[in-house]
Amino acid sequence: MRQNTQLAVVGGTDAEASASMRNEISTIFEEVLGRPVSIRDDTDIVEDLGMDSLGVMNFVMAIEDFYDISIPLDRIAQIQTVADLMAAVESLRAGHAA
Amino acid sequence: MTLLAKHSAYKQAYDQLRASGVDPLNVRFDAVTSPTEGVIGGKPMILLGTNNYLGLTFDPDCVDQAVEATRGQGTGTTGSRVANGTYGGHRQLEQALAKFYGRQHGMVFSTGYQANLGVLSTLVGRGDHLMLDADSHASIYDGSRLGHAEVIRFRHNNPDDLYKRLRRLEGVPGDRLIVVEGIYSMLGDTAPLKEIAAVKRETGAYLLVDEAHSMGVLGETGRGLSEAAGVEADVDFIVGTFSKSLGSVGGFCVSDSPDFDIMRIVCRPYMFTASLPPGIIASTLTALDKLQAEPGLRHALMRNAHRLYDGLKAMGFEVGPEANPIVAVAMPDQEVAVMFWKMLLEGGVYLNLALPPATPTNVRLLRSSVSAAHSLAQIDTALAVFGEVGRTLGFLPSGRRRIAGAI
Ligand SMILES: Cc1ncc(COP(=O)(O)O)c(C=O)c1O
Repeated sequence: MRQNTQLAVVGGTDAEASASMRNEISTIFEEVLGRPVSIRDDTDIVEDLGMDSLGVMNFVMAIEDFYDISIPLDRIAQIQTVADLMAAVESLRAGHAA
Repeated sequence: MTLLAKHSAYKQAYDQLRASGVDPLNVRFDAVTSPTEGVIGGKPMILLGTNNYLGLTFDPDCVDQAVEATRGQGTGTTGSRVANGTYGGHRQLEQALAKFYGRQHGMVFSTGYQANLGVLSTLVGRGDHLMLDADSHASIYDGSRLGHAEVIRFRHNNPDDLYKRLRRLEGVPGDRLIVVEGIYSMLGDTAPLKEIAAVKRETGAYLLVDEAHSMGVLGETGRGLSEAAGVEADVDFIVGTFSKSLGSVGGFCVSDSPDFDIMRIVCRPYMFTASLPPGIIASTLTALDKLQAEPGLRHALMRNAHRLYDGLKAMGFEVGPEANPIVAVAMPDQEVAVMFWKMLLEGGVYLNLALPPATPTNVRLLRSSVSAAHSLAQIDTALAVFGEVGRTLGFLPSGRRRIAGAI
């Protein structure tokens, strides 16, 4: 939830960026799961997409490769929804740029 | 609703498993009579899943020393290492371990699990970075959660992935500690330690190797994968256990880090638990002597490992990537895995049934571990039972699959 708010604050000009990230994430989901998925900001990654722990791990590794980041384990544990994931990716990428 | 209702998914899976007539998580030995023989449900078994690599659990000298120490010093220390729980033997064992590994310092813990909890939570802290192989043992994951370092997981046995992740940290402050295992406990594969050591050197990280399953197993003198790969100088910390090749219980860490001993007053899993009883210390000291004095044990172990691995592979079973004392056979699904395991028991062969989430990449495994104490005849008997069950279940040629009927 906290991450959701954060993302909303970014808002406005970043709306396009966030839509394109959602598309990218959606593509990665489809590659890992091997089937089409439809995701929204509030899609629950485990519950709604029916991922098991191995699926989550493969998915996280694919996200990490794509965005050239490492998501620390404690951050992964906090991610529940697609919006949480986008916020985490965003902040980790920002960290690298700095 | 009870407090434990939150684990209902596990309960459901477990109930389902037990409904098939077996309970692999609740095997009870009526008797264990040697490193390789026991009795389950009144039936004699060849023990092929005990991690008893050198077969020292019944070694007469180890037993005698344990008995003598127990008679002389009592059954337990009833205290922590930092209070009343350090006897001469604890220090002696620490020195013997350090000497064996050619290191300055050694520290003994009450289990290998606690050694990992203690070392991983103490060596790195807030602002540091812990780089774990994704297939790490539970004690490594738990140790990483006990401390405050940032934990990053890299792809199993993949030095390039490790390198990439360390490179991403370039310019970020904090120490980096890479953690790998000598032999991975489920599939029996070894870490590509030469390549990992090269990554370590290039990125200025520290390297810890958990030699739980490789101590007394790999290397010219039994010091493990670090010795076998010729990279001991690059390994900053070695963690290990007494519960496998040394045939008792306990854990340790050795290192050349000059300020190593500070761990004794800051490492909580070392301080806030009772120390090992004198009998265990005595048998472990004796076993460590044997490990060094009798290289023949290691040769017999590898001979047996090859006999089982090569035999299973030749029959057409899907085994792990390397012939090591841990020999894992992959099963297509849980139903077959459980059935196969049960039929092996009926045939007089005990080994471990390893199911997710304890296994990497969700595989179902029949996990065996051989011992130096197995005779070739025992290994061959086990192979024959494997072959029979394999044919009955339709794995191997000249047998029809009858799984549905069998359950
Ligand atoms: C890699 C690894 N580390 C540590 C341990 C823990 O050892 P112990 O049995 O001494 O707690 C094990 C054993 O299960 C292991 O496989």
